Amino acid sequence: MNGSTNDWATTTLETAVNWARANSLWPMPFGTACCGIEMMAAFMAKYDTARFGSEVMKFSPRQSDLLIVSGRISLKMMPVLQRIWEQMPEPKWCISMGACASSGGVFDTYTLIQGVDQFIPVDAYMPGCPPRPEAFLDALMLVQSKAKKGIAKSQEYVTADASSDPARSVAFRTPDAHYRHNEDHSKPVAAPGSATGSSNGKTAG
Amino acid sequence: MEAMITYKPENHLALIAKVEAFAGERLLGREEKSHYHQFKVKGQDAKALIRFLRDDPSLAFAQFIDLTAVDYLKYPVAQPERFGVITTLLSPVLGIRVQVKAFVSGEEPRIPTITDLYSGANWTEREVWDLYGIEFLGHPDLKRILMPDDYEGHPLRKDYPLKGRGERGNFPVYHATTQKGGT
Repeated sequence: MNGSTNDWATTTLETAVNWARANSLWPMPFGTACCGIEMMAAFMAKYDTARFGSEVMKFSPRQSDLLIVSGRISLKMMPVLQRIWEQMPEPKWCISMGACASSGGVFDTYTLIQGVDQFIPVDAYMPGCPPRPEAFLDALMLVQSKAKKGIAKSQEYVTADASSDPARSVAFRTPDAHYRHNEDHSKPVAAPGSATGSSNGKTAG
Repeated sequence: MEAMITYKPENHLALIAKVEAFAGERLLGREEKSHYHQFKVKGQDAKALIRFLRDDPSLAFAQFIDLTAVDYLKYPVAQPERFGVITTLLSPVLGIRVQVKAFVSGEEPRIPTITDLYSGANWTEREVWDLYGIEFLGHPDLKRILMPDDYEGHPLRKDYPLKGRGERGNFPVYHATTQKGGT
């Protein structure tokens, strides 16, 4: 566009924000087993998630928006995982990596959670025991495509035509709504457009 | 330089003779495994035998290797009691490993602690308490070490259901529209 007079483009702010989010996913790794090794390989130079703008592995949930559950989750670990999920700011996504995180795998025993999706929202499942790093990249790109559309399992999303389907229409929560929601855990987030609803994430461009 | 641990048959014979002389009638049985000896006693006699193995200067089982347990419920071969608490010791002097298998009843699974003899037994005894429910009398800090503190039951017992009693499904569910909330 250099030298051109058309060095600008129009878009909605929402699209721009989603584009930025999708291309700067900051992962929070939760590696508890051999899947964690494959996850590390995916982050290293050979597979290199930096190509997808996702190389900033944050061991701090408050600076992350992509939780990668890679490995089996035991009874004692599940509250930890839930607390980490709670601490992550919205919008956030979750990848369930490998057979154990997705279904318990071969460990159908008293101590192992039979799939983390029973308790936290999961956006992408990765089969394999453990999955190869290519599978990890596939899941990452799936999450990217969801983020570009503004879809997250943890929050439903308002689109122009989804307003006719209230069950599917919940916007990205604003921080304001998030804090209000935390005061009363029993009530679901108010649907956008309702009388008590806060401003939804569909900010005017 | 001579290797630190060498196989000397006379050491093994001396060990067996000494233990048999010490334990006498209290020795329920003895087995020779591929690379160690196993002495079977009742739970109340185990600590005296372990103390003897440790303190006898010619035996000197100074090193505590491991402590674990077996649940013989549903075991095809009849055993003196339901639980066997197995202590593994090593004598650097003799180059011999020894297991002391102490049988503990299923009704009142209790056995004296050996943490005063080997402080390394502290966590292993907690593990056996956690998973088998065998109480170690005199243990300084007998609480769960692997399972959550509020867990009920002892899951490695043979009468504990393999898939648990529903503990693994007992967590709050994070719904799409309720960040905290119901199940």
